[in-house]
Amino acid sequence: MPLTRNQVRHVAQLARIALEPGDEEFYAEQLSGILEHIDRLQEVPTDDIPPTAQVVEVTNPLREDVPRPCLTQEEALANAPAVVNGMFRVPSIQEEA
Amino acid sequence: MSELTELTINEAARLLRLHSISAAELVTAHVERIKQVDPMVKAFLRFTPDLYEKQADEADEKLKRGEGGPLTGIPLAVKDVLCVRGVETTAGSQILRGFKPPYTGTAVARLFDAGAVMLGVTNCDEFAMGSSTENSGYHPTHNPWDLDRVPGGSSGGSAAAVAAGEAMIAVGTDTGGSIRQPAAVCGVVGMKPTYGRVSRYGLIAFASSLDQVGPFARSVEDAALVLEAMAGHDPLDATSSDRPNDVRRDFEKGVKGMRLGMPREYFEVEGMEPGVNAAVREAIKALENAGAEIVDVTLPHTDYGLAAYYIIAPAECSSNLARYDGVRYGMSVQDVDNITEMYMRTRRQGFGTEVRRRIMLGTYALSTGYYDAYYLKAQKVRTLIKQDFDQAFSKCDAIVSATSPVVAFPLGSKTADPLSMYLCDVLTLGGNLAGLPGISVPCGTSQGLPVGLQVLAPQWREDVALRVARAYEMASGVKAEVASVA
Repeated sequence: MPLTRNQVRHVAQLARIALEPGDEEFYAEQLSGILEHIDRLQEVPTDDIPPTAQVVEVTNPLREDVPRPCLTQEEALANAPAVVNGMFRVPSIQEEA
Repeated sequence: MSELTELTINEAARLLRLHSISAAELVTAHVERIKQVDPMVKAFLRFTPDLYEKQADEADEKLKRGEGGPLTGIPLAVKDVLCVRGVETTAGSQILRGFKPPYTGTAVARLFDAGAVMLGVTNCDEFAMGSSTENSGYHPTHNPWDLDRVPGGSSGGSAAAVAAGEAMIAVGTDTGGSIRQPAAVCGVVGMKPTYGRVSRYGLIAFASSLDQVGPFARSVEDAALVLEAMAGHDPLDATSSDRPNDVRRDFEKGVKGMRLGMPREYFEVEGMEPGVNAAVREAIKALENAGAEIVDVTLPHTDYGLAAYYIIAPAECSSNLARYDGVRYGMSVQDVDNITEMYMRTRRQGFGTEVRRRIMLGTYALSTGYYDAYYLKAQKVRTLIKQDFDQAFSKCDAIVSATSPVVAFPLGSKTADPLSMYLCDVLTLGGNLAGLPGISVPCGTSQGLPVGLQVLAPQWREDVALRVARAYEMASGVKAEVASVA
């Protein structure tokens, strides 16, 4: 099933990836080619087959909820692009009222 | 080329223990080798002199006291996806340029505890997505056997460093073949353990249900020693197993009486190079001559593996890579009006073409209206692929095949066609979908370039994969050699 340019715009918005000139055509063509290969999955009968999310026997291991050392505030912020008063600084999230 | 850069772990450990050489001398020999060949090979992204000088000194102190184990003083290279405290770690991506992890991941920490000496950080495809290391956000790496060709990928830097004698051992990660395929095309040993054998704590995630950390080395025994040092339960990774760390059990027992399965489908894949096919069949003949029984097995869903993988891995990646948003670390586009614009422009600029392509594909596969047709369907086909292996292993102890259907290809020859690149992993990704351990060992050449024999074993049977690989190494006399790098 080929991907339309409208779908590319929608997916890019969901993925939070800006589109630059030429990107829509590029993704539409390349993703359509890959999806064409992937569509062969539809040939496989899977009605009674359970899905596999992970392959080993480990399920929900639990541990005691005890405090242990963690990063300091300084360490947690050390790689931040922008910091203010010991917090991550980001551009405005809401329009001003 | 110094002889010190051609040693195996046991050879080096013996010289270190006899005080014929020091760990500092061993490191210096590798640093000299790096200076000589890395300008051509470009296996490394950055070097860690503060770390290797300190670790070599500590190793020498231990050795003086008669302490330490087989890895004490052994020069190590680490793929750029494993966090090392204070060492810039970028997953081969511009979006993480400058990121210095505040902690060291478990697998690498265990190698440090065992006395390994870290020389530097090796190049890889961005976020481990690729089969040629050409998707690195920094520069391509060159195959030490032919500098005009790729080293495979995604752990191409680690494979090339070991092949060129720049490091004795290396760590990589394998999500669809990213250890085994570069090992094969660089002529070294590479192993992907069972999912859950090695902790993923401190590994920059690509596809969490498939990713595993594993070793590169120039002998099967060295790979086993490195794996053993990294393996075992880690409370910081809930998917790591507490099964016994018995990977070297029966290591030298040979293949006499073992049944080795040849999956018909793996010898008929699209694009299989005749020279690769011939080298692998000859290797299997050597195992038969060493006493193994060769049996035909079938993996009927092989043709659907690539399609299932290219839904599951991108879906998981689209979720894992959502964290790169320009807020907490890495690149951030700051001249913006609002936060959504910051996210979108940061991710457009910071991620390369292949990573964006996979995030888009994964996002699409998980989006409303398509989840059942793609993601759920792929997970069901994953069940069938796992069942294929279960049935095959009821008829044999291990599965043998080529690792890569082709030898190292020329740089640039597959970059325009993503599907042709993805087909490089057609023989390895089944092992990831089913969570199996798999190893690639050098088994001769085609067109004068290295070919790898892949051995896959049932879950938790690294001992079987290693035993077969070791038996092949002994029976054939084929050894991983250091490339001279012309």
